[in-house]
Amino acid sequence: MMQIICPHCGPRAQTEFVYERTVDSVAPVSACNEEAMQTLFTRGNPRGVDDEIWRHTFGCRAWMVVTRHRVTNEISNIRAVGPEALP
Amino acid sequence: MNRYSAFGLLWGALNGQKHWQPAWRDPEPKSHYDIIIIGGGGHGLATAYYLAKVHGLRNIAVLEKGWIGGGNTGRNTTIVRSNYRLKPLHDLFEFGLKLWHNLSDELNYNVMFSPRGAMFLGHSDADMVKLAERGDAMRCDGIDADLMTRDEVAKLEPLLDMSRSARFPIEGGLIQRRGGTARHDAVAWGYARGADSFGVDIIQKCEVTGFVREGDAVVGVETTRGRIGAGRVGICVAGHSGHVAGLAGLKLPVESQTLQAMVTEGVKPMINSVIMSQSLHCYISQSDKGGIVFGGDPDNWPSYAQRGHPMVMEGAIAQGLALVPALSRLRMVRTWSGVTDMSFDGSPIIGETPVRNLYLNGGWCYGGFKATPASGWTYAHTLATGSAHPLNAPFSLERFMTGATIDETGTGPMPNSR
Repeated sequence: MMQIICPHCGPRAQTEFVYERTVDSVAPVSACNEEAMQTLFTRGNPRGVDDEIWRHTFGCRAWMVVTRHRVTNEISNIRAVGPEALP
Repeated sequence: MNRYSAFGLLWGALNGQKHWQPAWRDPEPKSHYDIIIIGGGGHGLATAYYLAKVHGLRNIAVLEKGWIGGGNTGRNTTIVRSNYRLKPLHDLFEFGLKLWHNLSDELNYNVMFSPRGAMFLGHSDADMVKLAERGDAMRCDGIDADLMTRDEVAKLEPLLDMSRSARFPIEGGLIQRRGGTARHDAVAWGYARGADSFGVDIIQKCEVTGFVREGDAVVGVETTRGRIGAGRVGICVAGHSGHVAGLAGLKLPVESQTLQAMVTEGVKPMINSVIMSQSLHCYISQSDKGGIVFGGDPDNWPSYAQRGHPMVMEGAIAQGLALVPALSRLRMVRTWSGVTDMSFDGSPIIGETPVRNLYLNGGWCYGGFKATPASGWTYAHTLATGSAHPLNAPFSLERFMTGATIDETGTGPMPNSR
């Protein structure tokens, strides 16, 4: 099990978090059909580091971007997203 | 190839067992093959076997980065069934199930296929309606399915907790009696031996590190054992589909996740069929050695680590113990996991890619083992002819762009309905 450091709550057990999808699979609202399909339905799926969207669902419920290595599970960065991350 | 037989065993017994030979060769890679299959798991080896047997091709290589059958072929829960809901899946898996029933004879290798019955449990009225609908759909396509009452389920599996106060009350079930289990390693070894006997080169410890391109076509692969030329290249690497396709610059509709399984110490027969619950997502069966084999949900986040997380294992075991309380007395002896390429409609992808001469067989999610013969048969057709087999035509890569997905569970652009 991983320990994920929530930007709002600090280090918490992975059981409190839910994985959503990768950052590269979020289609912008302005995307045309083809671009949206391409973005939604394909993944880089690297055997290495990727940016993933996780949510502290069973905690503060905030979204965050977790940069994680998919073989070692090492988390190199976590940043908050959404309105609460704005200055 | 030395044919295995009862007479051969007897002869060996009288001659100090000196007649045994390696079941397949260990050849050096040639500089060029007509067809290269990347991935020496059950699917890749079956593909090579049918390419040689059905299509008469001989200049074929199977490249495996580790050892054959060391990936998901050796890491699944060995369940064989065709009890799906949609027609393209019925057609593909039922074709495979028919091949399973004759596979030991076909390969002259005992794959220990045991059609002991694959049973879905229903835990509510709604579950029973869903199972009845699935059973009807199966029977309409000529696949056996029987709806079971509560009493019939209790009779088949006396150790299930049938009490009304059970955590997961059991209202009935749906059984496919021709489904069951098989010996997973034997499937890889049997196909390997068969393919080798036709002259297919099985090259182990040979990882593909890149593709050789000429214009828009692939003409070979770069490997840890040098460059090898090829007429056509077939990717068949399960959980690593995204990684290998990425070497050719492709982004696939798959996300790799870890799927765990576990087995207890061996005990006398206590589970008679394959018990599955789709409402819970838990599989329980007993191996021929006596161990109780458990499987559950994948770890629901991307991973290429061939090891799972205990929190997911705990979920599967909690379900299993609630269904069969007697299992709490057993000790778990091994757990393991494999990397599965979860596709975005839960169905496999078999066919052409946008790169000329490069083909893909992947996206089997957590259900590839049962399809091994059908996957090999249809992929061999595609690699030999360059066109789709009628059974794999619906499973093209384009379907995600055209919207013609085979979406049994209605997941949308996400693996594994969440």
